[in-house]
Amino acid sequence: MNFRSVDRRRFLKTTAIAGAGLAMPTIFTSASRAQEFCNAPTGSSVVFGFSVPLSGPYADEGADQLRGYELAVQHINGEGDGGMLNTFKGSVLKGNGILGKKVEFVSGDSQALADAGRATSNRMIERDGAIMVTGSVSSAEAIAVQSLCSDKGIIYMAGLTHSNDTTGKDKRRNGFRHFFNAYMSGQALAPVIVDAYGSDRRAYHITADYNWGWSQEESIVEATERLGWETAERVLTPLGTSDYSQWLTPVANSGADVLVLNHYGNDMANALTQAVQFGLRDRQANGKNFEIVVPMFSDLNAQAAGEAVEGILGTANWMWKLEDEGTQAFVRSFGQAYGQPPSQSAHTGYVQALLYANACEMAGTFNPEGVVEVLEDFEFDGLGDGPTLYRGGDHQCFKQVLVVKGNDDPADRFDIQNVHQVVDAEQVTYEPDKWGGELGPVRSQC
Amino acid sequence: MDWLILQFLNGLDKGGAYALIALGLTLVFGTLGVVNFAHGALFMIGAFCAVVFSRLVRLETVTVDPERLSPWGTPLEVRTPMVEVWLGDFGTFLVQYSVPLSILLAIPVMLLIGWVMERGLIRHFYKRTHAEQILVTFGLAIVLQEIIKAFFGANAIPVYAPEAFSSSLNLSETLGIGTSVFYPWWRLIYLASALLIIGLVIAFLQFTTYGMVIRAGMEDRQTVGFLGINIQKRFTVVFGIAAVVAGVAGVLYAPIVSPNYHLGMDFLVLSFVVVVVGGMGSIPGAVFAGFLLGIVESFASMAAVTRVLPAIDQVILYVVAIIVLLTLPRGLMGRKGVMEG
Repeated sequence: MNFRSVDRRRFLKTTAIAGAGLAMPTIFTSASRAQEFCNAPTGSSVVFGFSVPLSGPYADEGADQLRGYELAVQHINGEGDGGMLNTFKGSVLKGNGILGKKVEFVSGDSQALADAGRATSNRMIERDGAIMVTGSVSSAEAIAVQSLCSDKGIIYMAGLTHSNDTTGKDKRRNGFRHFFNAYMSGQALAPVIVDAYGSDRRAYHITADYNWGWSQEESIVEATERLGWETAERVLTPLGTSDYSQWLTPVANSGADVLVLNHYGNDMANALTQAVQFGLRDRQANGKNFEIVVPMFSDLNAQAAGEAVEGILGTANWMWKLEDEGTQAFVRSFGQAYGQPPSQSAHTGYVQALLYANACEMAGTFNPEGVVEVLEDFEFDGLGDGPTLYRGGDHQCFKQVLVVKGNDDPADRFDIQNVHQVVDAEQVTYEPDKWGGELGPVRSQC
Repeated sequence: MDWLILQFLNGLDKGGAYALIALGLTLVFGTLGVVNFAHGALFMIGAFCAVVFSRLVRLETVTVDPERLSPWGTPLEVRTPMVEVWLGDFGTFLVQYSVPLSILLAIPVMLLIGWVMERGLIRHFYKRTHAEQILVTFGLAIVLQEIIKAFFGANAIPVYAPEAFSSSLNLSETLGIGTSVFYPWWRLIYLASALLIIGLVIAFLQFTTYGMVIRAGMEDRQTVGFLGINIQKRFTVVFGIAAVVAGVAGVLYAPIVSPNYHLGMDFLVLSFVVVVVGGMGSIPGAVFAGFLLGIVESFASMAAVTRVLPAIDQVILYVVAIIVLLTLPRGLMGRKGVMEG
């Protein structure tokens, strides 16, 4: 071929035709077709994305949450004994998937970190076509993933996230939280500990230095001070600390008579164990017995703390020892599948998957606009927490909160805590705009 | 006054842990010239020796009771502790004292791991640059911790001190210091053990012929080699000793912090700072800097200090390291010529 004979006009015409020919196949792919909403399912199945920490300080909670999700998928698809689908009041799920489509799932390790959570969720949305993302064990990752999903036009069903910010200043229309929050813990726990230890107390707070820790500390300080307690000191410690001794030694001579540990996961186990080793629980201060409080109990990590949890008061979202029919159905399914009782992390994951599936079925679509409309102000029961409202104003679930107490005489390694008191939803309810923030519009386009 | 004693004790206690790990690090560096970033992993493996031994003596036989049901409706598993049933009081003693007894397991295990590490991998990097040594040993540390995670999971596993030492000692009553100074028994034992181990290692190097040869090799390996002594073999023994020291430190630390796969990494960077502050390759430097930085860190964590300088407790070791290196570039007790090209 003589290139000198090819003029500019012919060159442009040829490359335009060649380019159009090469691009032709992509015009007919699903990705390029205008979608009604992001990742609209076209085949006989639909994909859920489970973003949970499988490494880092909350790895065991993440692994158990994943078990809960896997069980939920089985039950939604009509496999197994159906678990809480049999007790879920308000459900239209038929046990044949969602809107006739079988549920499949992908999962990723969020490492309980905001960046890793966003990266793994983004992969599940863009590469795997996840219609919904769910899961978390840290509030930092939950808030980050919620924001990402909102930008991507995907529904995010938060996992275990306890910071007020998730459905407070960082709330999004595309995000929903079933788990309770730090404010609720404070409101539920404060009257119980004031009743147990008296109103004339001085508290020393040792707090995990990140979003959830600040939120938890602020909530319990506010709730206890309102009932007469004073705050002696507030000390922040890095997330993932193993040795808390240098922060514990000043406690004894601080004038405080209560130590409040605003920690979770491995951090909670280490801080609590070491506080007990330092003999704080055997001491007297201000003429009273020195007490330790853990506002947010991690049931899985309480096993790691061993005997140190005995008699310690805290709060929980849910516990496998509850006697309602929903809890019993879930514990039976989970125990038979995995040989152990489910944690609150597994429970909230399982429930969130069911609630999303049911909302799609009720809306008759996977379109986030329809799903949001159904979930806002949705009332349900039979999922282990009593009558529950998914409040439309902030997408936070309102239900009973458990005050739990470390078991003094455990029968086995799972018998760590007992339900000390069930606090009604009314006592922990607050205004949707308490922490500001805007839900914004629902987003459904990629 | 009580607060001063408590923070000082806590500093010594933390310093003991830093010094023990830093001792091994600097020993390996001083003899083999290797910056061993896998040393923290050896500490972690030592802690898991305590986990394994505790589990072994707590092994249970599992029988199924068909008449009783678990909460999920399957026949209830009844667990019976084997060692206590078989050996009676001696079995109970083994269970109670599983942590100190697991040192007997840790010593051969750590020697073996140390030998395999040194012969199998690290010796191939003696003549490589320090950057390459750091890369390969850091990679090895990650591999070791992932192996532990695969076997034991990511969650911390509680290991208990003997019941007699699980409470706190009233130092005011016992020693007459302060008015109400309580300190955990096991942490005091840890501190005493750290001092003992450090003393033994220094005595071995200082007062035995074997140690004298090693010290001579550290000063001038070529001349020692001319005398017909296989100094490389002796340095391999030093690597084994360093592994054992790290392992025993890990065993004794297990009741203080429930072991998890990441435990070594938590200490590694801090211990490396200790070695740098003390002076690369200097054993007394590592010990002195370990205790010094432990005490500084302890006092910097007090609320009265963090109120004035927020988060100073989290950076104080690095601040001290910067100041020391600016004023004494070889560290507190560094030797001339070490890491100076």
